[in-house]
Amino acid sequence: MVVASHISISYKKVNALKDISFSVNEGELFGFIGPDGAGKTSLLRILTTLILADSGSASVFGLDVVKDYKNIRKITGYMPGRFSLYQDLSVEENLSFFAAVFGTTLKENYDLIKDIYIQIEPFKDRPAGKLSGGMKQKLALSCALIHKPKILVLDEPTTGVDAVSRKEFWQMLKKLKNDGITILVSTPYMDEAELCDRVALIQKGEILDIDTPMGIISKYKNVLFEISSDNMYKLKGDIGKFNDTLSVFLFGQFLHFSPKSGRKDTDVLKKYLEEKGHKNIIIRECKPNIEDCFMDLMQSENG
Amino acid sequence: MKTFINFVKKEFRHIFRDVRSMVILFGMPIAQILIFGYVVTNEVKDAKIAVLDLSKDEMTVEITNKLTSSGYFLLVDNFKSEDEIELAFRKGEIQEAIIFEPGFAKKFVKDGKAEVRIINDASDANTANMLANYTSAIIMNYSFAESGVNGASGQIIAQTRMQFNQDLKGAYMFVPGTMALILMLISAMMTSISITREKEMGTMEVLLVSPLRPVQIIVGKVIPYFLLSFVNAISILLLGFFVFGLPVNGPLALLLAESMLFITMALSLGIFISTIAKSMQVAMFISMFSLLLPTMLLSGFIFPIENMPQILQWVCHAIPPKYFIVIIKNIMLKGTGFEYVWFETLVLFGFTVFFIVMSVFKFKTRLE
Repeated sequence: MVVASHISISYKKVNALKDISFSVNEGELFGFIGPDGAGKTSLLRILTTLILADSGSASVFGLDVVKDYKNIRKITGYMPGRFSLYQDLSVEENLSFFAAVFGTTLKENYDLIKDIYIQIEPFKDRPAGKLSGGMKQKLALSCALIHKPKILVLDEPTTGVDAVSRKEFWQMLKKLKNDGITILVSTPYMDEAELCDRVALIQKGEILDIDTPMGIISKYKNVLFEISSDNMYKLKGDIGKFNDTLSVFLFGQFLHFSPKSGRKDTDVLKKYLEEKGHKNIIIRECKPNIEDCFMDLMQSENG
Repeated sequence: MKTFINFVKKEFRHIFRDVRSMVILFGMPIAQILIFGYVVTNEVKDAKIAVLDLSKDEMTVEITNKLTSSGYFLLVDNFKSEDEIELAFRKGEIQEAIIFEPGFAKKFVKDGKAEVRIINDASDANTANMLANYTSAIIMNYSFAESGVNGASGQIIAQTRMQFNQDLKGAYMFVPGTMALILMLISAMMTSISITREKEMGTMEVLLVSPLRPVQIIVGKVIPYFLLSFVNAISILLLGFFVFGLPVNGPLALLLAESMLFITMALSLGIFISTIAKSMQVAMFISMFSLLLPTMLLSGFIFPIENMPQILQWVCHAIPPKYFIVIIKNIMLKGTGFEYVWFETLVLFGFTVFFIVMSVFKFKTRLE
């Protein structure tokens, strides 16, 4: 159980976090979603007792992050954003070192990390610095788990990891969640939000919304179309100049477009685009995803 | 406790796996001792000289023989004219030229004085000065002896004797200084770098979130360097003894105990530096500027403190290695016991306490 209320912190003149409040239930997989510089790392560092908030309070399993920081450190598994294991030590040495630091052994908790560790075990004599990105991630996760933490805090664990490893990584998190570990994870990837139980959307130090992924999507009220043509680059500019455009963003091979008027009739738009010289125009209604919601929330926040 | 032993083990692994650390730890001390002992030396040995003997009598030949047989000089050429001297100097073939005036012996017997000119390559001023002194000393000696034979009496011969370093051996001066320098650098620089490396790599973040106490982290970091520095201290003493014949006249146990105290002082200074520095580079620079240069210049290692301006002398008193150099010179060369070095010991102890207190005060259990 993690509770934070009215947390603020600023570096020099920049407000990194502004009056943040939220609570995470026990056994939940909770995601902090937001772009770089949104304040995710600061927030996780406050919860792991690494830095102090300027104001506000937070507690982890009833332990205050300022007064009981020593006890919080005992029950927390933390994986910082950067790869922070000893590059010159081998995979096995890293693991047994972190096990020893927490007063346990690799043998004792082998079951907990078996599924993850088994994938990197063939390389156990290799220095950690020479592992691939995905394997480093698995090793770091193993190290964070070695002492059977009650709560696992992961700061952008999948940044810089290939798509396959990312998918595997989230499967591992699901499994750990089923083992009863509370997991806080931050990520800039919107598509990962849908894998969390609940997410907090963060932007410029403020929480835009906290809900289940479905809940957030269901709050999206605009009409949404996906559009493509033979000249996508020109298409974005042209739609931007269209007089009924509320928002237009590029998503993979489509542009997501929502009209100000909310009209579902797209004939006017199609005609406009044809006049501009676009060919092979596809316009069809689509369902919003988390990123659409995020963009929408961001826009209404700014506007 | 097991946790702690594991931590120390990990530190040793870091050191032994890093080639650069190993070179600094074990290569540098040996190289420095040998370099300072052999190369940076004030001793005169086999200096190349040439003689322009315009007299060629029994006296000038004898003086030349005395010079060459002294071991200080090596006669490389006999010149016939003064022009050759200039050329030989320019080519760097000789460091000193000696010119005897015509009719040297005759003038000496008849007038009681004869002239010899000593010309030195003063582009290396110190060596030139020294060579000139040595040469004139040998010639004076000879002239005194000769005039004694010839019956002229009443001349005083001033004999100097260099206490504690009769041959003015460079190693006697340099080994204690180098020992202080190396222990200071290795202990302080290596610990400060190894602690800041954890900060830089992000592993400090993980260590802080662990139940390890800051004291355990620090002491665990320091112990390997303490042991390795002590090994270094002993190997420097052994090198000094076997290669340069440097004696240990005082109690060995006291010398080792003082070395341990100095190492502890340097380590606590290293920890203190690491609490200020945020990156390895900064730690390195602080160590270099605050340790290397002052230790070399202001500790009395190379330049005598008494000759410095008053203000610099005050600064010298704040340089810990100064006290250590005094201690080891006293113990090794003068053979004195604790009763003559208690004050310096106390000062070193004070520095140690100061740095530890400052570090504890500054060490953060959180990130900044």
